[in-house]
Amino acid sequence: MSVGKSISRVDAYEKVTGRAMYTADLERPGTLVARVIRSTIANGVVKRFHLEKALAVPGVVKILTCFDGPEFLFPTAGHPWSTDKSHQDVADRRLLNTRVRVWGDDIGAVIAENEVAAQQALRLIEVEYEEYPPLVTVEQAMAPDATQLHPDFPGNILKQTEFRIGEPSYTQAAEEEGLARISKTYGVQTVQHCHIETAVSIAWMEKGRIVIVSSTQIPHIVRRVIGQATGLSWGKIRVIKPYIGGGFGNKQEVLYEPLNAWLTTQVGGRPVRLELSREEVMACTRVRHAMDITIGMAARPDGTFVARRFEGYSNQGGYASHGHSIIANAANGFRNLYTQEKVVEAQATTVYTNLTSGGAMRGYGIPQLSFAMESAVDDLALQLGMDPLELRLKNAMPEGYVDPGTGITCHVSGLRDCMQRGAEHIGWAKKRAAYQNQTGPLRKGVGMAIFSYKTGVHPISLETASCRMILNQDGTMQLQMGATEIGQGADTVFTQMAAQELELSPEDIHIVSQQDTDVTPFDTGAYASRQTYVSGMALQKTARSLKRRILDYASGLLEKPADTLRLEQGNIRDVQGNDLMALDVLATEAFYSLERPLHITAEESIHCTDNTYAFGACFAEVEVDIPVGKVKVLDIINVHDSGVLINPQLAQAQVHGGMSMGLGYALGEQLLYNDKAVPLNNNLLDYKLPTALDTPELYVDFVETVDPTGPYGNKALGEPPAIPVAPAVRNAVLHATGVAVGSLPLNSQKLVEAFEQAGLLKKAGGENV
Amino acid sequence: MTIINMTVNGVPRQMAVDERESLADTLRNRLGLTSVKKGCEVGECGACTVLIDGKAVDTCIYLSLWADCKSILTVEGLNRPDGELTPIQRAFVEEAAVQCGFCTPGLIMTAVEIVGTGKTYTREELRRLISGHLCRCTGYQNILNAMERIVEEAHKVAGK
Ligand code: FES
Ligand code: FES
Repeated sequence: MSVGKSISRVDAYEKVTGRAMYTADLERPGTLVARVIRSTIANGVVKRFHLEKALAVPGVVKILTCFDGPEFLFPTAGHPWSTDKSHQDVADRRLLNTRVRVWGDDIGAVIAENEVAAQQALRLIEVEYEEYPPLVTVEQAMAPDATQLHPDFPGNILKQTEFRIGEPSYTQAAEEEGLARISKTYGVQTVQHCHIETAVSIAWMEKGRIVIVSSTQIPHIVRRVIGQATGLSWGKIRVIKPYIGGGFGNKQEVLYEPLNAWLTTQVGGRPVRLELSREEVMACTRVRHAMDITIGMAARPDGTFVARRFEGYSNQGGYASHGHSIIANAANGFRNLYTQEKVVEAQATTVYTNLTSGGAMRGYGIPQLSFAMESAVDDLALQLGMDPLELRLKNAMPEGYVDPGTGITCHVSGLRDCMQRGAEHIGWAKKRAAYQNQTGPLRKGVGMAIFSYKTGVHPISLETASCRMILNQDGTMQLQMGATEIGQGADTVFTQMAAQELELSPEDIHIVSQQDTDVTPFDTGAYASRQTYVSGMALQKTARSLKRRILDYASGLLEKPADTLRLEQGNIRDVQGNDLMALDVLATEAFYSLERPLHITAEESIHCTDNTYAFGACFAEVEVDIPVGKVKVLDIINVHDSGVLINPQLAQAQVHGGMSMGLGYALGEQLLYNDKAVPLNNNLLDYKLPTALDTPELYVDFVETVDPTGPYGNKALGEPPAIPVAPAVRNAVLHATGVAVGSLPLNSQKLVEAFEQAGLLKKAGGENV
Repeated sequence: MTIINMTVNGVPRQMAVDERESLADTLRNRLGLTSVKKGCEVGECGACTVLIDGKAVDTCIYLSLWADCKSILTVEGLNRPDGELTPIQRAFVEEAAVQCGFCTPGLIMTAVEIVGTGKTYTREELRRLISGHLCRCTGYQNILNAMERIVEEAHKVAGK
């Protein structure tokens, strides 16, 4: 049995020896360097370039501007394409934009022999603009006199959707006498993925086609979008994805590959490297959307939820990217985590502004929702005088729940067990009581939050995956997945699954880590925590086909019916378990037999038409230093129900990373902009990414349910760990201080102000009370 | 261009470098030592860390000129002739301290520096010692586990 074992990563040796090759390591001799010419305004139109001085810099090969680039409008989101026009992503940008909508917009590119020449040229380029007032906030963008950023979107509203499940309206239901009610707006900030490898690609031409090596989560989608952006026929594009240094959703976006593909065509097919600096990645790729979400809740005195309402505004930034899908996902998540007697309703609006475009980031809208909803649950619990754990246990999604919007069923749920285990670890009951009525500058508290998360994108989008297996002469297996390794351990768990199906040892499975759209079977890639579930199904189907072919071949050789044969531990055995032939002998025979040569391979694709909810909870204990507004996390645990764990050690490691990201969201990370929509801290010094010193010990536990739809009983794990951390910390601060902070991050500035307002501190450095 | 002499992974090298060139670029582009990763190029992330005369340094903000007459060690230089991993690398593998792997070579070099002192460190001290490295994947938990383990192992050996 390989599934369920904590084997070491199959790529660990390469990674600890420095042999693993990432995009920039694959540069070819003679590669040119490209740099993007970026707008120095956030809202306006490019009128003219002055390029003379830049062109005179020795080593500059070519300068291209928005007046040269192709006219095609294209979408950048890494979604499966839809052949139905109404479901297609919004195509609202060109490769190089004349109409500038973000600070640092792509208005041109310099191609040079080397980095220094490219940089010098960039500094010498002058651009004339017609400038409009920058739109930083949703309110500014929706104001009647705001400039319209995109011709098809009046009022700068990208999309607005709503639903109501149940009767009557929230407002009417909440009016009933005797109910406890809250209605409060919660704000979440802009944060960035901060994968340590920046965005980079190398493009060249070969036999009239484009070859592009890129750090991406989604090679097959990159191919399609390059085609859409450049007008090249899709078959003329070959995308290669080597090891990548993290993505977290930012590379579930087609960022600069189309531009680079076009640039190589402009220099006769010479290789061009387009690598963004850290500052460019943070300012000019994608971010997690800032949102303001108003939660309304009405509950009976015993805690039963009667009615719930979500009203959210998402700050999209300049381009649609994943656009409205993100807050729509948040609204759906709001609907399904809890039940209520009467009605749940939501209205979600996504608004274009001039900030960095919001895109996919680990959790896809659910971290934003979770902060708002889980803060609201605690605020309601306070009003009801109820224990927040009790309140959640009472109302959380039950097994058998069917989501009325998507039809997704809760097949099995470990949510309540996750809550109990987390509560035990943190010492919930004791500490909730012990930390009441504290005084003094240092106060402690415990808080919690829970979540549900889908596994993949069915039925919102297409779910398909494929896999290829090839039997080698020595009885080992080549395994090719369209699904991508992005650091999460996909190659390792696929190896384990294949070993399990074929009853081989994981060492006998040779996974091809690199995806190459010329040869790799089709898969949409790494996002939505889908791969172990969806791509795992494709793997399972392929392995079973391969096994059947092996046994069919054995049946011919051994002159025994195939259904009396089994493949076990590298041997063909009969029903009694006697070894009849070793797999390597069979494989060699199959390759070279003069009578019946056969190359035994299998390739299958699946259409996944199911989905399932993963669950979990975070419990945190904090100490708040009231006069300085500092939160110290004393203890923290995430407990997850991700179904059966394929590799418990890697699963745990995945949770650590998500918790750290959640702590950054909770306590420090925030991409700031000035009133001109210019980013202020787009670097790793001023943007507070957690270091080892900022990170407490991270405790992880699992409740392993067996999901009936997952190929191995498994369900989503990749994204969920980042979800519940921030609200759990916020709720712990509420417990410690009685102050219900309404926005993230919980930094000193904000907390001191909130404590002053609550009367815990006298104004301006006065004594605490 | 200026001629410099340095020992890289035990091999004496003489080479001409641009005065503006960073050691990270020299090691990557001229010597093919691609374990030296670049995540920021301004000394914020630690991905480009190598040992210069035994001390961990961010090579993206270290001019190659300054490396004249110095001895450089990168992860490639740890590899044993038979391909066997060092205890430090093994600890990273076994403790699942590696995910995307982009921060890994830099952290391993800092680990080599720490272990080289032969001292023991508390987990808190280790947190401080590795705080110049950013890792977005691991929350540092397993990296610290690996560090603790090798520091302990090294101390046991040194103590004998
Ligand atoms: S690349 Fe040198 S510290 Fe980041
Ligand atoms: S393992 Fe990915 S950044 Fe550290």
